Amino acid sequence: MLELKNLSFQVRDDNGKKEILQDVSLVIEERSFVVITGPNGGGKSTLAKLIMGIESPTSGQILFNGEDITALGPTERAARGIGFAFQQPVRFKGLAVRDLLSLAAGKTLNTEEACAYLSEVGLCALEYIDRELNASLSGGEMKRIEIAMLMAQGTSLSVFDEPEAGIDLWSFQNLIRAFEKMRDAHNRAVVIISHQERILAIADKVVVIAGGRITTTGNKEEILPSLLGNPDSCEFFRGAV
Amino acid sequence: MNPDEIKVLETIAGLSGFPEGAFNIRVNGGSAGRSSTANVKIEPKALGSGIDIHVAPGATETVHIPVVISESGVVETVYNDFYIGEGADVVIVAGCGIHNCGANLSQHDGVHSFHIEKDARVVYSEKHYGDGDGTGGRVLNPVTNVFMQPGSYMEMDTVQIEGVDSTKRVTNADLADGAVLVVKEKLMTHGEQYAETFFEVNLNGEDSSCNLISRSVAKEQSKQLFLSKISGNNKCMGHSECDAIIMDDASVKAVPEITANHVDAGLIHEAAIGKIAGEQIMKLMTLGLTEAEAEAQIINGFLK
Repeated sequence: MLELKNLSFQVRDDNGKKEILQDVSLVIEERSFVVITGPNGGGKSTLAKLIMGIESPTSGQILFNGEDITALGPTERAARGIGFAFQQPVRFKGLAVRDLLSLAAGKTLNTEEACAYLSEVGLCALEYIDRELNASLSGGEMKRIEIAMLMAQGTSLSVFDEPEAGIDLWSFQNLIRAFEKMRDAHNRAVVIISHQERILAIADKVVVIAGGRITTTGNKEEILPSLLGNPDSCEFFRGAV
Repeated sequence: MNPDEIKVLETIAGLSGFPEGAFNIRVNGGSAGRSSTANVKIEPKALGSGIDIHVAPGATETVHIPVVISESGVVETVYNDFYIGEGADVVIVAGCGIHNCGANLSQHDGVHSFHIEKDARVVYSEKHYGDGDGTGGRVLNPVTNVFMQPGSYMEMDTVQIEGVDSTKRVTNADLADGAVLVVKEKLMTHGEQYAETFFEVNLNGEDSSCNLISRSVAKEQSKQLFLSKISGNNKCMGHSECDAIIMDDASVKAVPEITANHVDAGLIHEAAIGKIAGEQIMKLMTLGLTEAEAEAQIINGFLK
């Protein structure tokens, strides 16, 4: 479904060029559940932005269903079926939850349809549907609405950047069930950036990124013991695992 | 009324003809239609300089008083006085639209005075609009004076989205005990347009309150000035909020002033001016919108 070939991403700062990602290659299959993990600052969120087209790689190639989409922006990638839930959801003065869900779905949703998506993420739908996405919503509420937007968008590849952060009252089990449902519907793929053991535990594939490189890729049975059971967690942060 | 006038009337007041209930429709300086009801009397002032509107105590009604100018060169000042009886509950749909296809200035300066008796409620909605392909200016300078008796409530919803070259809006209000004033202003300017808003609110009565909310978008080379003065002269609550999106080469200035003349006066002003956040555009693009579509959605939502 998605193939990343030798992706690199550099930025310029006061000290010259800085490598954020180096030579990252990865294949994400249909109907798979891939969790990308690793230490903070390792390049995970940048990789998600490269997949969505929010950032452009310095070098390398991105193929989606066989098409080279490296030069395409987020609008064109969304049209091809890629969606992205931001780590920090964006607030909009004046736009209501219903408006954003309708924009995501590409059609005007009636109350019943919009409520169905909100219920999936554990929000009492009628209380939220006409609320503005402004500062009155908590971080956890914004995160759930962000997830509901991706459900409404119905993308074939859905990328979530730390979706569990700030999810409080809504039980984790519901969150995981929602992700599994997304993956199982029509052979879709779900990519989640997460540090959460319970999300790692349901992954088909775990990718560890540290220091801008993929240090390990494998199934959870291979990777989890080294991540969770390693007495010297510093090795993890050095990218040694 | 001709088709251009009917289009303007629909835009500003949602009317395609004469409405039910009390109304006065002013077209090119004269009355195109007027009707009173048992509880709402509309009477013309001498020489067509405006109308007096008397609402009986306890009445619940909707009153339409839109103004249409379609002849280039009409410049008028109109005085409308509203007397809202005790305990009445009225919706007043005003608004002014100018269709100017000529080379001369068309200008309507409406001076509205509201005398709102004890415990009466008024919702006043006013939409300003201009169109026509002439070179003559389209200018609207509304003045609203509000005198609020104890326990009365007034909500002003004012909208100016397009086509008005220059506007200077002045709103003065004096509030007695327990009176509540809510103002929601929405404004968009483009091209070389200029818009100025000035509020002066005196919270004279105990437990009086006002909430002024202004949202505006300034595009291209347009200029906006927001001025507000709230004086707390008793135990009261006053809040004003000016929130503006600036684009292109536009200019927006906000000048808030709050004065407390009483130890129990609680007064707050908030002002924010900034461009559309890049992350807002980006989020909507990830939902499949183009950059231009995203920008339009953000502005429409902001001014909704």
